[in-house]
Amino acid sequence: MIRYWQLFKESAFLYRFRRDKVAIASFSVLMLLVSLSFLAPLIAPFDPYDPAGIDIMDSDIPPSWQEEGDPRFSLGTDAQGRDMLSTMLYGTRISITIGLFAVLLQLFLGIALGLAAGYFGGRIDSFLMRLADIQLSFSTLMVAIVVLAIFQASFGTELYNDLAIFMLILVIGIAEWPQYARTVRASVLAEKKKEYVDAVRVIGLGSGRIMFRHILPNTLSPILVISTVQVANAIMSEAALSFLGLGMPVNKPSLGSLINSGFEYILSGSWWITTFPALVLILLVLVINLLGDWLRDVLNPKLYKD
Amino acid sequence: MSGTEQPSATRDLVSIKNLSKSFPLTKGFLEQLHFQGGRLVRKRESVKAINGVNLDVKRGEALCVVGESGCGKSTVARVVMGLLQPTAGSIEYDGQRIDNLPPDRLLPVRRKMQMIFQNPYASLNPRMTVQQTLEEPMRFHNPGIGNGELRDKVRTVMDSVGVDPSWTERFPHEFSGGQRQRISIARALMVDPEFIVADEPISALDVSIQAQVLNLMMDAMEQRSLTYLFITHDLSVVEHFGNRVAVMYLGALCELAETRTLFESPRHPYTRALISAIPKLTRERPSHIKLTGEVPTPINLPSGCFFHNRCVYANDRCKVEKPPLLQTDNGSQVACHGIEEGRID
Repeated sequence: MIRYWQLFKESAFLYRFRRDKVAIASFSVLMLLVSLSFLAPLIAPFDPYDPAGIDIMDSDIPPSWQEEGDPRFSLGTDAQGRDMLSTMLYGTRISITIGLFAVLLQLFLGIALGLAAGYFGGRIDSFLMRLADIQLSFSTLMVAIVVLAIFQASFGTELYNDLAIFMLILVIGIAEWPQYARTVRASVLAEKKKEYVDAVRVIGLGSGRIMFRHILPNTLSPILVISTVQVANAIMSEAALSFLGLGMPVNKPSLGSLINSGFEYILSGSWWITTFPALVLILLVLVINLLGDWLRDVLNPKLYKD
Repeated sequence: MSGTEQPSATRDLVSIKNLSKSFPLTKGFLEQLHFQGGRLVRKRESVKAINGVNLDVKRGEALCVVGESGCGKSTVARVVMGLLQPTAGSIEYDGQRIDNLPPDRLLPVRRKMQMIFQNPYASLNPRMTVQQTLEEPMRFHNPGIGNGELRDKVRTVMDSVGVDPSWTERFPHEFSGGQRQRISIARALMVDPEFIVADEPISALDVSIQAQVLNLMMDAMEQRSLTYLFITHDLSVVEHFGNRVAVMYLGALCELAETRTLFESPRHPYTRALISAIPKLTRERPSHIKLTGEVPTPINLPSGCFFHNRCVYANDRCKVEKPPLLQTDNGSQVACHGIEEGRID
């Protein structure tokens, strides 16, 4: 363990991270957002999930630095009287959770199917890749809208509101697995021709062990790079769905549903309900994408070997 | 197994019988269709990498297989190791047919045969330490082995191939090409095999390292009484390494002889051309035999003797009849009508 830490400390990875100001800044902002949102129950001044703590009389209060502001609500309140800062902290937590778990699901599906397609080849490969093509020909949002709308219509909004977070993870996770499957398959095709794979086949190892212990670790760098981009994409998809009213319910808002709920009031002057969550969303997606770009450059085998 | 079983000491360790391997050229269905004489026919093409090779590896010998690029020598190695399925023919190991065994019944044979690969930069998993790489075959074939025993074994084997045993926690990219090839040899030796297939093990190495690795392989052969099937294209290596040499051309054997016999009196016209091409440090003008033309494509093999269109001795019989491998008076086996008929001395 200590040895691996030592290796990491001496690695070119860390060296290049320390020399890249954009990477450091993005990473710090991301860590700040993540830790703030996951510590929300401890640091948020109000609990937006507690109906008893919300007073409808507090609704539509502008940020505290404005004339009609209230010092209790630093970023103002929304139409239901919830403190914007607290709601945003909780909302960011939901957005990040959905993004991470949706990507985990994509990873799981994509790696399993991509490995199988690349390693076994032949008919399995053709079948899985055509399936991926079909899946990719529907846009994520379209699939999600259809599935979520049907679910809401057939099981009722009540049940949907309880299961919204799982449904979103499931839908976004399933809709985007081909991205991973294709990347993994491409790397597997390159790796399985190398002699170290023949060497373990000569030993007699089974295909499962060869795939997961030998080939998979060598395909991790592209997986890592697309994972960052995919987290940002998943957060965006969730926000888009919530904005369309198919995502998180109003009583458990994510960043997207907050933007949506404020959108109705933006013309009546309550700009802060939409603007603040939108800024957080943009910042979050931006830093993840910047980190992904940096990672892609660092792990590019043409720039850096082994 | 047949009733005429020989005692295992005199039996050939590996016998390759009438082996053929062809690789289909994968084309789309539409590309396979051709018009022929006004009719639509479906033609499937394949690369015929090995065409009826018979070869026996005797226990304790080092049998070298030589030939130019694309003559199927590496394919022979891969089929023998079970990495490829033969199209026709069979492989026997110690009297047991192994090419059609299911994976679980093949395991006891697998631990007796190992392979050393050509490219030491690709044959070690870059994400595994040397320790992990070396442990793997041992752990797999001896599931109950203890950690201490395993560690000792890794140390002994590392020592015997001349790599410092204290480097086991390093990754392959921290080693030079020669060291990697030593580690690759160590991996093959881990399970104490009796038969090793070496597929051009030194061709990717620096010339100064080649001799060291060859010596290492010869030492291992002596100490562990190994049997080698050594694939190479380097005749000067063959001269020092093998007991017997098999010369391949277009996926078939031309000549099989004791090393010394082959170098002193090559019989087959192709072998003669090969031997005459070895650079020599002598005053007299080298008398190269210059072959005309190119090696024919293994997709459309020539009829008769595969060598007939480049052979100066070829006659009409050579163009239609494929010569079998026949014993000659000096002990070597040659596949040539000219030798058989006495046209060529």
